[in-house]
Amino acid sequence: MSDLLQPRGEAVIAPRDLRGRRGLFARQPLAVLGAAIIVVMALAALGAPLIAPVDPLALDPLRRLRPPSEINWFGTDQFGRDVFSRVVFGARVSLIVGVAVAALSVAIGLAIGLAAGYVHWLDAVVMRVMDGLMAIPGVLLAIALVSLSGASLTTVIVAITVPEVPRVVRLVRSVVLSVREEPYVEAAIAVGTRLPLILVRHVLPNSIPPLIVQATYICASAMLTEAILSFLGAGTPPEIPSWGNMMAEGRLFFPIAPRIVLLPGVALALTILAVNVLGDGLRDRLDPKLAKRM
Amino acid sequence: MLAFVVQRVLATIPVMGVVAFVVFLLLRLSPGDPAAVIAGDYATAEQVERIRAQLGLNLPIYSQFFTWLGQILRGDLGVSIFSNLPVTTLIAQRIEPTLMLALTTIVFSIVVAVPLGVLAAWKANSWIDRAVMMFAVIGFSVPVFVLGYFLIYGFALGLNWFPVQGYRSPFDSPAAFLHHIALPTLTLSAIFIALIARITRATVLEVLSEDYIRTARAKGQSERKVLFRHALKNAAVPIVTVIGLGVALLIGGVVVTESVFNIPGLGRLVVDAILKRDYPIIQGLILFFSFIYIVLNLLIDIAYTLLDPRIRY
Repeated sequence: MSDLLQPRGEAVIAPRDLRGRRGLFARQPLAVLGAAIIVVMALAALGAPLIAPVDPLALDPLRRLRPPSEINWFGTDQFGRDVFSRVVFGARVSLIVGVAVAALSVAIGLAIGLAAGYVHWLDAVVMRVMDGLMAIPGVLLAIALVSLSGASLTTVIVAITVPEVPRVVRLVRSVVLSVREEPYVEAAIAVGTRLPLILVRHVLPNSIPPLIVQATYICASAMLTEAILSFLGAGTPPEIPSWGNMMAEGRLFFPIAPRIVLLPGVALALTILAVNVLGDGLRDRLDPKLAKRM
Repeated sequence: MLAFVVQRVLATIPVMGVVAFVVFLLLRLSPGDPAAVIAGDYATAEQVERIRAQLGLNLPIYSQFFTWLGQILRGDLGVSIFSNLPVTTLIAQRIEPTLMLALTTIVFSIVVAVPLGVLAAWKANSWIDRAVMMFAVIGFSVPVFVLGYFLIYGFALGLNWFPVQGYRSPFDSPAAFLHHIALPTLTLSAIFIALIARITRATVLEVLSEDYIRTARAKGQSERKVLFRHALKNAAVPIVTVIGLGVALLIGGVVVTESVFNIPGLGRLVVDAILKRDYPIIQGLILFFSFIYIVLNLLIDIAYTLLDPRIRY
């Protein structure tokens, strides 16, 4: 008896744990690679002031459009600002926007979706509104919201969240509708479990795996939309170094110094690719039904 | 069939109503005085007042909505604040390049992606399959404008094969048109090729495991006929669905691509309107694009019943 209560030796658990990890990489090398890229980007974003050699906003009129050198790894832009420092700081904007939009739209969409899936009269109204919102091209809706409310990071996040919410609502509602037919939920209703408890105990746990997958895709799409908005001049304020802003400002000098446009573009593409690949990996793990369809 | 079409057409009315209401609310719910925002920082009180009257913002809100709705139903999308031209006129002036770019993109994507998807499904788990899927993931992730600049860098600045930017009408010179539209089409197509190839592969793979495919092979049907006559025909529905979903992506992509390649289409009209805060244009174009999206999806739903007689609503 006392033997069983003894804490298990590390040796018993460690090999299995290790095997699990090795298995994960073997099964989903791309997802692990994506996660690694995201970790690097997140570290760059968090430690930007430590990593960036120069202040990303510091102007140096004497060193304009310099090619890459030991001091300026990616060269300087048309105002003499250090492109490498700006790319590192740009990771902050993208990650903040991606994470904030994913969290916000999942939270709002979950609340609306649960309500719509369970309250009958609400369902028809909510779904018509969501259909209408989905018919409006997301980028254009976000552009209109930002251009009217004035550019700030908060406005950009809200503007990108609005078009993403209907997708989450639809997903949650479809989970609610399918769970509602499950025998264990009928049993719960039969024994008189109250509605809020059914939602929390049965519906919510079933919505979490597909929501995690959806959240990663929303994160990628939010980073993309932020870059598009900034690139078109209706996004993050120009004084904040975001990848989209850098590309927009570097456009006029593209034929002379293409790297000012291309390097932030590479950072953006790589980050979005990493998040999408991680999303695919999560989908295969968490949502086998959906994975089979793709 | 007719009953279904009528029912489906009627079902779009509430959706369009919601779109109109949201677009209407956009201007009214924005913080601050929209008239002052539109007029800009240096406007005088009279200029702000003039814009307020022009937009009907001095009327009660419900009467504003119904006046506006009445105008839309008559095909009046308002008047540009800066050029004083009707938004519908501006759209008519700028629609050709956008339409052409959308058409070349859709045609090019389908022509490339469907065979790629079929090939990947046929050679499932081979290196061809893996290469196609890899391309699909990358094509879906690289932002349109990043790809655009890379293509300009390589094919226009580097190899000098194509012009850096600009547009020529096919009605003036078909050769110049193709020369100018090639890079924008390639740029915008990447995401669709990725999307369509992926869905084609998935559906063809599913269809290939069906009994009638085994029967077709058993009776000695050539592999090409099995793939294209039996498998692809039955995979048509999901492929058409994806093309429908892609329209939303296409609209966003067109705006960006036109900006990268300096094409004077509807996308540029939007971007210029944003920079000048010409709100009636932004509003009108959102309505216009949403309308197109709804109509295309309506047509696609109707196409389902033609493609697959089993689908009945």
